[in-house]
Amino acid sequence: MKANIAQGFWDEKIECMDRKSMEALQTERLRDLVKRVYATVPFHQRRFAEHGVRPEDIKSLKDLARLPFMTKQDLRDTYPFGLFSRPMDEVVEIHSSSGTTGKPVVVGYTRNDLDLWATVMARTLRCGGVSEKDVVQNAYGYGLFTGGLGVHYGAQKIGASVVPISGGNSKRQIMIMQDFGTDALCCTPSYSLCLAEVAEEMGVDLRSLKLRVGFFGAEPWSESMRAEIEKKLGILALDIYGLTEIIGPGVASECPYRKGLHINEDHFLPEVIDSETGQVLPYGQEGELVITTLTKEAFPVIRFRTRDITVLDPEPCECGRTLVRMKRVTGRTDDMLIIRGVNVFPSQIEDVLVKIEGVAPHYLIVVDRKGTLDDIEIRVEVSEGNLADEVKKFEELERKIKNELESVLGISTKIKLVEPHAIERSMGKAVRVQDRRNLKED
Amino acid sequence: MIVKQISIFLENRRGRLAEVTQLLGDHKINIRAISLADTSDFGIVRLIVNDTEKAYTVLKSAGLTVNKNDVIAVEIPDEPGGLATVLNVLKAAGLNVEYLYGFLEKKTDKAIIIFRFDDMNEAVRVLRESGISTISDQELSNL
Repeated sequence: MKANIAQGFWDEKIECMDRKSMEALQTERLRDLVKRVYATVPFHQRRFAEHGVRPEDIKSLKDLARLPFMTKQDLRDTYPFGLFSRPMDEVVEIHSSSGTTGKPVVVGYTRNDLDLWATVMARTLRCGGVSEKDVVQNAYGYGLFTGGLGVHYGAQKIGASVVPISGGNSKRQIMIMQDFGTDALCCTPSYSLCLAEVAEEMGVDLRSLKLRVGFFGAEPWSESMRAEIEKKLGILALDIYGLTEIIGPGVASECPYRKGLHINEDHFLPEVIDSETGQVLPYGQEGELVITTLTKEAFPVIRFRTRDITVLDPEPCECGRTLVRMKRVTGRTDDMLIIRGVNVFPSQIEDVLVKIEGVAPHYLIVVDRKGTLDDIEIRVEVSEGNLADEVKKFEELERKIKNELESVLGISTKIKLVEPHAIERSMGKAVRVQDRRNLKED
Repeated sequence: MIVKQISIFLENRRGRLAEVTQLLGDHKINIRAISLADTSDFGIVRLIVNDTEKAYTVLKSAGLTVNKNDVIAVEIPDEPGGLATVLNVLKAAGLNVEYLYGFLEKKTDKAIIIFRFDDMNEAVRVLRESGISTISDQELSNL
């Protein structure tokens, strides 16, 4: 399949720049950034003062470590426009992430920011070979969520034909894929499997369609889920990375070699830190990703803690890109479940489930506290093709899942088999965890 | 001798069986016999119906985990010791019953027992040799 993907770069000069020139570019942009935010945002003035740093102290990339981190909480505390560094006259678009609790996060874009967004998304889509000849079906939600418009701007920048169908309306999605000859699909990985399911119900074999590549992001997913998507849709499935606080999608993306995601580091300067101590970790060590937006105008962030766990690799990729690569995000420091003292990532559970015959990769993790003990129940859908007609065979299946999970997670779980389609399908981010313990501070 | 049974995986929750049987009723499918094996979380419903293919299609398109399985329908006299006579023959042959359920024929004084054995082929042979009366799919749907 790799051979079918046209190689090519959107910004070859930047994407294949040698490290020294990249660092020089980043340094110049960083120095400009700290001056800009210091001059315009009271929040940053106060924080710089608290840490005894002045903009002119930031001379090299190493000096970045002298600046304080920003967290989602800082963004909430300054709701709605407290961190904007440009007057509203210059802000041409506003997005917001859903606030499940407390205040949502609000971000703004100037015209230049939108152009930057289109550029980094064009690089992303070009990573998967998208050109002006392609039809891009954009099933990310349009609206306040950044996924929809981010992909939209990038695809238009390339000159591809964008179908702004947004999420949901799955039968129509399938119909359009057939009738418009969609080449590239953009949506959450879980929604792509939902589409595969609907196609099957409609008697449509997605593998026989023109569709050849998918750009999936907005939620963590596993390698096994990728294999499942590639098998069911007959496409190359690429992971893309981004977050509202930084710009939306377009922060990093995989190329067909799929050896990590190329970070657009000329605009988004990455660091990996120890999330406990805040210490910057060297390349190759796993930790929390921290990003500084070097060029954004309306809503720049300095050392924003993403809570996403990754590893950075500065080695050039086989595709020719020299942009630093981040490993697929395996979990978030804040969706990590701690069950009876053991760290559990939903992606680990998913990894086990997709390998087991007789169940579908649709699951819900319910965590509860019984007395002082945490209880984890995993609801898994029985696949429609399960041939068993005896209770004991289903009980064997439950035992098998339980045993395999125990060997991976190190804790015992309760497995509850449910009927196909019993777990609610999401059109956007899949809800994988129901934590009833009320352990989280927000 | 071998007849088709429908089996359905159902979650153990209020009203679920009512919904499924209603679905069959709405499609004019008549249930001849039913058995339910359950745990606290889920159950397996096994059905003998007048139109197995139709029932399968209806249930499948409703998105259920449904299967058609081979079972054996044995006809026994509706009198004390009727079932034991058959089971003794099977026991002597070393056959193991996975599950069974039964119902009465309306027009005769016979009962019909639906069997699932661990070794279906061997069961067919033993029953045939013992001369125990069995029922075909055709006879079952005409009952």
